[in-house]
Amino acid sequence: MKKIIRVGAVAAVSALALAACASAPEEETGATAEATTGTATETVDFKACMVSDSGGFDDKSFNQSGYEGLTRAEAELGIEIASAESTTDADFAPNIEAQVAAGCDLIITVGFLLSQATVDAALANPDVHFAIIDDLADNDYDGTTDADNIKPITFDTDQASFLAGYAAAGASQSGTLSTFGGMNIPSVTIFMDGFLAGANYYNESNGGDVKVLGWDGKDGQFTGDFSDQSKGQNVTEEFLSQGADVVMPVAGPVGLGAAAAVQSAGDAWLIGVDSDWTATTDYADIVLTSVLKNIGNSVFDTIAETIDAGFSTEPYLGTLENEGVGVADFAEGAVPEAVLAELDAIKAGIIDGSISVDVS
Amino acid sequence: MSAETQTPAENPEAPAPEEPRSRQVLREIAESSSMVVFMAIVASMVIGGILVILADEAVRESAAYFFSRPGDTFAAIGDALGAAYSAMFNGAVLNLGADSFAGMIKPFTQTLTLATPLIFAGLGLGIGFRAGLFNIGAQGQLLIGATVGAYLGFAFELPWGIHLLLAVLGCALGGALWGFIPGILKARRGAHEVIVTIMLNYVALHLVAWLLSLEAFQREGSDNPISPIVAETAQYPKILGVQFNLHLGFLLALACAWGAWWLMERSTLGFRLRAVGANPSAARTAGMSIGTATIITMVIAGALAGLAGSAPVLGTQKFLTDAVAGSIGFDAITVALLGRSRPLGIVLAAILFGGLQASGPSLQVNAGLPVDIVVVIQALIVLFIAAPPLVRWMFHLPSPAHEKEVAA
Repeated sequence: MKKIIRVGAVAAVSALALAACASAPEEETGATAEATTGTATETVDFKACMVSDSGGFDDKSFNQSGYEGLTRAEAELGIEIASAESTTDADFAPNIEAQVAAGCDLIITVGFLLSQATVDAALANPDVHFAIIDDLADNDYDGTTDADNIKPITFDTDQASFLAGYAAAGASQSGTLSTFGGMNIPSVTIFMDGFLAGANYYNESNGGDVKVLGWDGKDGQFTGDFSDQSKGQNVTEEFLSQGADVVMPVAGPVGLGAAAAVQSAGDAWLIGVDSDWTATTDYADIVLTSVLKNIGNSVFDTIAETIDAGFSTEPYLGTLENEGVGVADFAEGAVPEAVLAELDAIKAGIIDGSISVDVS
Repeated sequence: MSAETQTPAENPEAPAPEEPRSRQVLREIAESSSMVVFMAIVASMVIGGILVILADEAVRESAAYFFSRPGDTFAAIGDALGAAYSAMFNGAVLNLGADSFAGMIKPFTQTLTLATPLIFAGLGLGIGFRAGLFNIGAQGQLLIGATVGAYLGFAFELPWGIHLLLAVLGCALGGALWGFIPGILKARRGAHEVIVTIMLNYVALHLVAWLLSLEAFQREGSDNPISPIVAETAQYPKILGVQFNLHLGFLLALACAWGAWWLMERSTLGFRLRAVGANPSAARTAGMSIGTATIITMVIAGALAGLAGSAPVLGTQKFLTDAVAGSIGFDAITVALLGRSRPLGIVLAAILFGGLQASGPSLQVNAGLPVDIVVVIQALIVLFIAAPPLVRWMFHLPSPAHEKEVAA
């Protein structure tokens, strides 16, 4: 036993030593160093910062999308960035304060849970610019943003999920769709509203009788959190046993549990949310489409705009029209050609307002 | 259940009489459990530092050519460690970069603010541990306490003073109720408190999530699961002025620590609780009721955990969400163990944990380190505390001459 440990130790040390044998890079003088960074991207004297909610930047959901926008801005715009993950709600305010103290020019907070902390910090630091994702920063509900240095970034996700609902209704063999959420909160149920409205619209215009399980426009199926994948699997198996053949989970990583259930069933489709799940998950072959919420783009655009044209508190609203929301490509052959052909007209109708995405 | 060593102060006959006075003192310090705790903290900070070095990109890059220019690697290691430890110090103790006195001491006040709920909940758990109850339910007791306190805070309009008092009492009562349930189940039916309290944590969490889906607990005009802000009359006043977050709850926590000390060390009731914890059979033979002691302990522990809930809802966050408890209820278990279930120890351990938590934003924003490093350091402290022989072996500390075991 001792011998094995010794041999192992020698092997480990020599591996380390070999790994350390590369030649040193040439010393860079200050001037050339500056020149090389200058050629890669024009460096801008701007510091953008981001605070996550307790999901963290690896939540495969909106924190992650937002963070991708931030790192893209760092790479393409040559700005400085800093980020702070919150592990509990008690971290929100200190994280924002630390970023104010670190001299951030623009602080982006992710999610409605940070709303109050963002407003407090914005009122206390009127010279710092803030943006908040998925919230209007309107905590007294008077219809206006509570501080005049906050830019709200929100999304009309129901426009995109309406299209997904319509196409899913056309694709369903059993005439039963299903959806569930992580929690009954507006940024989740807006997906489900659009999905239900899209399916209803399909029924109206094609005389169909497609049902949607899991959401009735007011209440429905929720797993209670955004982390427990096994709950997503259970709920989905229940839906499948009731005859559903399309499932749209709106619960961040919990949706991966739904994907596992759909995959083992074999004859059902999954609709991804937030990002294109054919690219971001391992379940590309069962994904019918994804309802896209381009948070990353909105973050990048907000930063780019602030650098170019100065900070504006003009709310950003992601819609089908400005491609802030959308649907990904449909799985080949899953949706009938006739239905696919109608989608463009419906999209135009939603954009010009002639089709309402509200649940009637 | 973990065994614990009594400190020499409580065990004066321990050292050998022929040793000279100075050596005897040294030996007492080296043998004491406080020395082990201190060295455990040092060891975990060092290992945390090694992780910081390994995670640092500049170090890894320069280590690739270590043999051609080792100076770069050492410089990178120095930079990484310097940034990490100075960010921790600046974030938790004194901000040396600040341009005003207030800015300088702000980090320490933040540390005390974050320590406040940990003191409350740690005291409750500590009393439970000494009475032989392993209460894992501080999280649930805290949530229920926070819910009752927040509701009294935002739903009623009452004059200054009375409103705060009522909300604080509400927190304590809510927690006490949630502690009473496992207490009576254990006393009357023998249900094990570990299982019941863990399950009640889930019941509390989902109960709060459900309550927050009701109109009565939501803000007008919104469906988000966030309660209205607690009325100003029910908020803890800030004790050092508006620029600091430190609130009256901290002083209340210190008062509770004194109260817990008096209860356990000076009162008859505390003697009974300790006797039941040390040896239930002997206590029963001596005519003490185990069941009553269990219920009383759980109610006190629950009330203190409920008071921990007052720190976020009446002090810092000022509204209720289902995540208001964060991980306070579980961190408090560590704090109570770290503090050896003694009030003074718990206060100090809570301040240490508050400091680690307060350094989180600074570590991330100024040193660019993941917040997880703080969690790793906390976990390492627990690991070392749980294994005193490991720490004694690592630092060549002598083993205690007379190790007196008592049930915790």
